[in-house]
Amino acid sequence: MISAQLPALQVILPMFAAPIAILLRRGKLAWMLALVVTWIAFAISLVLLFQVLDDGPIQYFFGGWAPPWGIEYRIDALNAFVLVIIGAIGAAVLLFAGPSVEKEIREGHQHLFYALVMLLLAGLFGIAITGDAFNVFVFLEIASLASYALIAMGKDRRALTAAFQYLILGTVGATFFLIGVGLLYAMTGTLNMADMAERIHEIHDSRAVLTAFAFLTVGIALKAAVFPMHYWLPGAYAYAPSVVSALLAGTATKVAVYLLLRFIMIFGADFAYVALPLGATLAVLAAIGILVASSSAILQNDAKRLLAFSSVAHLGYIVLGVGLGNDAGVTGGILHMFNHALAKGAVFLAMGAVMLQIGATHINKLKGLGAVMPWTMAGFTVAGLSLIGVPLTAGFVSKWYIVTAAIDRGWWPLAVVMVVSSILAVFYIWRIIDAVYFSPPGANTENVKEAPVIMLAPLWALAGASVYFGIDSSFPASVAGKAAAIVLAQMP
Amino acid sequence: MNETWIIAAALVTPLLAMVGIGVFRNRPNLREGASLIAAAILFGLAVWLVPGVADGDRPELVLFEFLPGISLGFQVEPLGLGFALIGSFLWFITTLYSIGYMRAHNENNQTRFYLFFALALGAVTGAAFAANLVTLYVFYEALTLATIPLVTHSGGEESRRAGRVYVGILLGTSLTMMLIAIAWIWILTGTTDFIAGGVFVEDGALIQGITPGILGALLVLMVLGTGKAGLMPFHKWLPAAMVAPTPVSALLHAVAVVKMGVFTVLKVTIYTFGIETLSSFDLGRALMYLAAFTLIAAGIFALREDNLKRRLAYSTISQLAYIVLGALLVTRLGSIAGGMTIAAHAFAKITLFFCAGALMVTLHKTKVSEMNGVGRIMPITMAAFLVASLSVAGLPFTGGFWGKWYLALGALEADQIVMFWVILAGSLLSLSYLLPVAVRAFFAGPKDAPITLAGEARWPMTVAISTTAVITVLLFFAAEPIFGFLDTIIFKGTITVQ
Repeated sequence: MISAQLPALQVILPMFAAPIAILLRRGKLAWMLALVVTWIAFAISLVLLFQVLDDGPIQYFFGGWAPPWGIEYRIDALNAFVLVIIGAIGAAVLLFAGPSVEKEIREGHQHLFYALVMLLLAGLFGIAITGDAFNVFVFLEIASLASYALIAMGKDRRALTAAFQYLILGTVGATFFLIGVGLLYAMTGTLNMADMAERIHEIHDSRAVLTAFAFLTVGIALKAAVFPMHYWLPGAYAYAPSVVSALLAGTATKVAVYLLLRFIMIFGADFAYVALPLGATLAVLAAIGILVASSSAILQNDAKRLLAFSSVAHLGYIVLGVGLGNDAGVTGGILHMFNHALAKGAVFLAMGAVMLQIGATHINKLKGLGAVMPWTMAGFTVAGLSLIGVPLTAGFVSKWYIVTAAIDRGWWPLAVVMVVSSILAVFYIWRIIDAVYFSPPGANTENVKEAPVIMLAPLWALAGASVYFGIDSSFPASVAGKAAAIVLAQMP
Repeated sequence: MNETWIIAAALVTPLLAMVGIGVFRNRPNLREGASLIAAAILFGLAVWLVPGVADGDRPELVLFEFLPGISLGFQVEPLGLGFALIGSFLWFITTLYSIGYMRAHNENNQTRFYLFFALALGAVTGAAFAANLVTLYVFYEALTLATIPLVTHSGGEESRRAGRVYVGILLGTSLTMMLIAIAWIWILTGTTDFIAGGVFVEDGALIQGITPGILGALLVLMVLGTGKAGLMPFHKWLPAAMVAPTPVSALLHAVAVVKMGVFTVLKVTIYTFGIETLSSFDLGRALMYLAAFTLIAAGIFALREDNLKRRLAYSTISQLAYIVLGALLVTRLGSIAGGMTIAAHAFAKITLFFCAGALMVTLHKTKVSEMNGVGRIMPITMAAFLVASLSVAGLPFTGGFWGKWYLALGALEADQIVMFWVILAGSLLSLSYLLPVAVRAFFAGPKDAPITLAGEARWPMTVAISTTAVITVLLFFAAEPIFGFLDTIIFKGTITVQ
């Protein structure tokens, strides 16, 4: 039965699509292949999510080898949700990619571009789905290497330095991660994460376990761009090709946060939050990061860079929710992964459409675009409202969870940080709105046309979803709630 | 028809109006027709609800669970129904007025104007019928966002700056204070529903974990967080918003947006905190003094303002402070006076703005110092201005009288002698900043000029002005039913605290 093989197909399909894309040698054909594969992967992720919700966790033994000899794929509500996020953003972005890639990527490189995108998706799916700690590292490297190359394909020459920075820091992060996994292997004798979780309980006090925990947390935090380790992110997102910015902003850092949650589970929530001050540390770092990144966003003059700093701030929300360590907080954090992916995906797609039509995203160049690209800019505005956290958008729902969680824990300053950052978000979104709608059009916006429908459709799908899930959030909220319950299962 | 369906229909009507406006964007008469019909339907639906609500019914509509434990829900009670009645009726009148104004003024983007106008009214309806704090908050913010394109309508540098102030203050206060207060209330009590008598009292005592100090903090966050109520120092957005076309200033910044602010204050003092709870712990004293200060200070600012619309804006801030003061007196009469003042001020102030707009499009006069002799050219307009001025000051035979009267009684009832004098002083101030306009219009300037009707604005504008002016007078005689409507129901089932 093919349905039993879905967990494997989730990863294998995009992975095998990569070499095929290279063989196709034509940008357009590679795009179609990537598009079909991504949509199938999205469908698979949805089927998996519903299977998990109906029948509980899925175990899949790769190649039929039972763990700990073979690699186990293990899907519960938490990673099923992450798979859907990757699938949804991938599906929307790939639909959008056609015209955008044709313009931004050199003719002979387009099929390679799609091959890399497929590898990136395979890596991200793999990190989320696997139940084996070393396997996580392998997929982490696949995804990372693909993304370094993808960022470097940006037209702006600064993309090269941005990619190099990311490469250095990303490699440091991955190495830390590997050291952590190695220590855990030495201590527990297994790489299977479920077995690890069982054995690690007895040796909590050992110094090696503490060291492993430290290496893993810092390594993952680097990948997740947790303040003050966010340095690589703004440049990478700002100078990457539009498609890559949208894809990475929606998925890559979210997957890193997922890893953080997964390792909190392995070590036990009681160990991470009660025995060690992980919660408070993350919350404080996140709070500072939110304020710093939001303020920096206001000062940017390039719209993509501005949105990249906003991404750092929003990762701060997610990490803050995780750091709060209570039900509402972790639920809010997981939910915000989803909500932020929708909204940030949409605004980066809007910027991609702008890039296609006027070839720049500097705020001064956006003046008067509201009149000539009304649909793109209206979509941007709707998603921007979700980034601010206006009621009836998805951004509000997850913020509400995190703010109530902060008040519930009695950590008042964090609640204040959340609302202050909303104000800062108003300012940075307003900077773009002001240019787009209220400034006299510049010379470069003459003869500019609206983006093609194939780009508007995914943009509006994401923006529309931001509104839909802001009005009726019961489905993602209940899944996030279940996922949070799994993470916090060990809490006393 | 089931009353639940009336609520649903009322919520949908403005959205349908938007569809109609969009469809007929190239045919102005049909486009404005869509607005007028929607306003009439909305008003009709609200009137339909009146008898049942007056009998004590509380029709409800729960859409779906919006956050866990919090639904996007609606429940009709007298205060909100009154707000919806006023809003929808004046939407009709304002649309009539806009037809004359926008065309006479050759404004651009008229379709966008009517679209967002309808959206704003949808937000007002939703807030008026909100059954819990979160629903109210949702529509409160929706109103802010829906009115941004209206404030910045002309698109010039000045309107951009005004837009920034408007967004900054309104979103700033509500996001930082109101939202926190709502979340805190939710955590403390487990509910955000509006319940007669408030949510903090159970079996005659404060529920566990709540101290008077926390209640006081919540009240401060809630009242200051309601930036739309215009309490100083969060009042600057209103004068800034005066760059908008006059119909916007009239309906939104004399009625819908500002009344949303005071409505929110009244609603939470009555249904979240509870009048009895507040008065038994003597909370809100400091805020009451802030309201009194705003009342007087805004009056003085109004005196110094030469631009007519800005003078009216400061007058509005002062009058809003009356309503907030009424709510914070935490007595029965104070709350009723607040409700009555909402109604009376809505009609009086919209008349004043209509007049200001008429003067602007026909005579191109925007300053008080230019008003000499305009009464001879536009007698109907200026007569309406005079009537409305008297109502704002609260003189007898105008609707404004009763609000001030019960407010003064309420102040005495609460033993607030200082507040009593503040209320009187505020009335004197409003006389002194509004009467000179009418006096200049009729008695200054060329004495021998003939009085003619030829100089009046286009007929839809004059009809609108006359209608609201007449209603301003009629409200004086309709005080009893309004009082009864607010009284029996606001205080039904309140709980006494030992």
